[in-house]
Amino acid sequence: MSTRRLALTVGAGVRRLLENLGYGARFLLGLLMASLRALRRPWLIVEQVHFLGNHSLAIILVSGLFVGFVLGLQGYYTLQRYGSAEALGLLVALSLVRELGPVVTALLFAGRAGTSLTAEIGLMKSGEQLAAMELMAVDPVQRVLAPRFIGGMIAMPILGAVFSAIGIIGGWLVGVVLIGVDPGAFWSQMQGGVDVLRDVGYGGIKSVIFALTVTFIALMQGHECQPTPEGVAHATTRTVVMSALTVLGLDFVLTALMFSI
Amino acid sequence: MQKSRHDLWVGLFVLLGAAAMLFMALKAGNLLSVSFEETYQVHANFDNIGGLKPRAAVKSAGVVVGRVEAIRFDTKTYQAVVDLEVQKRYTFPKDSSAKILTAGLLGEQYIGLEPGAEEKELVAGDLIRQTQSAVVLESLISQFLYNKAAEGGSSEPRK
Repeated sequence: MSTRRLALTVGAGVRRLLENLGYGARFLLGLLMASLRALRRPWLIVEQVHFLGNHSLAIILVSGLFVGFVLGLQGYYTLQRYGSAEALGLLVALSLVRELGPVVTALLFAGRAGTSLTAEIGLMKSGEQLAAMELMAVDPVQRVLAPRFIGGMIAMPILGAVFSAIGIIGGWLVGVVLIGVDPGAFWSQMQGGVDVLRDVGYGGIKSVIFALTVTFIALMQGHECQPTPEGVAHATTRTVVMSALTVLGLDFVLTALMFSI
Repeated sequence: MQKSRHDLWVGLFVLLGAAAMLFMALKAGNLLSVSFEETYQVHANFDNIGGLKPRAAVKSAGVVVGRVEAIRFDTKTYQAVVDLEVQKRYTFPKDSSAKILTAGLLGEQYIGLEPGAEEKELVAGDLIRQTQSAVVLESLISQFLYNKAAEGGSSEPRK
């Protein structure tokens, strides 16, 4: 009896998981198709880039600067033990461009912009605005979701690049200006070790993939939430948790694929 | 097309992103040093390449004259075959020699080209005959210890 119940529970769980996976894939496909059609209304996308990108700039700039500061301090502390403090520039640039830039930006973006996307769409759903649009023969996926999706895909890689660049400047401020590492060695070591295609380029690809992940999760959570205040609250929380876990897990896979050689 | 009141700010935002990318490519990366100059390829066989990696620098008198393109293992001679891409504007005598050197005590390894004296010059596909392998720290230390032991042994009977 109890084994039977266990089998039923496990079976139902696996089935729900597969169903969610299939629905998610279908949702993503529909969103991508709708995004192609939404390109005909670029002003809607511009609005979203402004909302998701420009408004996130302050948090990205400040976080990037402070992450750069900390990298400069900690990196110097470790490197000077081995008498190679000149490699500080390389350490700061590589860790920012390869990992911290894309990942921390994605996490901040999920917290700053993803949550507002989820809450906005969840409230539109609970206010039956999406249903009203469908009644007027306006596809809400194309009109509401797709511009936000493209906007996020444009805004987040830009934010990631800004984060890495300001972080390098932060590392330079602490390392060269404050501690007094030789500026020539700082920059030349960095330029010697950072490869434009393999490091900056792959970091950019990571940013784009994370942008797709975070924006997709935020939109889907908003679109699928229970149309109640609690439902919207839960969906917003799930956006942050799922985005963070997916980004960190995906980062490991991408790093293993890109930099393992 | 409909105008948006945010166009200006979004334009600035995109510009900032482009500036950040440019900063990383030029200041942090080595886009300026990526040369699109024409090169010719020569080969060199080494008994031991140590920690040499593809894309390592090829230097002569300390000046970068090329890059390591590929490293293979030859199963006939049991040696490492290193393909070097040397820039066309630098020519070297045919009897030049190649050494694997280390930048600093534990730094990255590069190939040092030392020009020979012959009139003929290296052309594409040539083999550099005189090579010197990388210095492997372990064998250096064991050699040193061996010499010390030999000295100690020989000094005793002299008493």
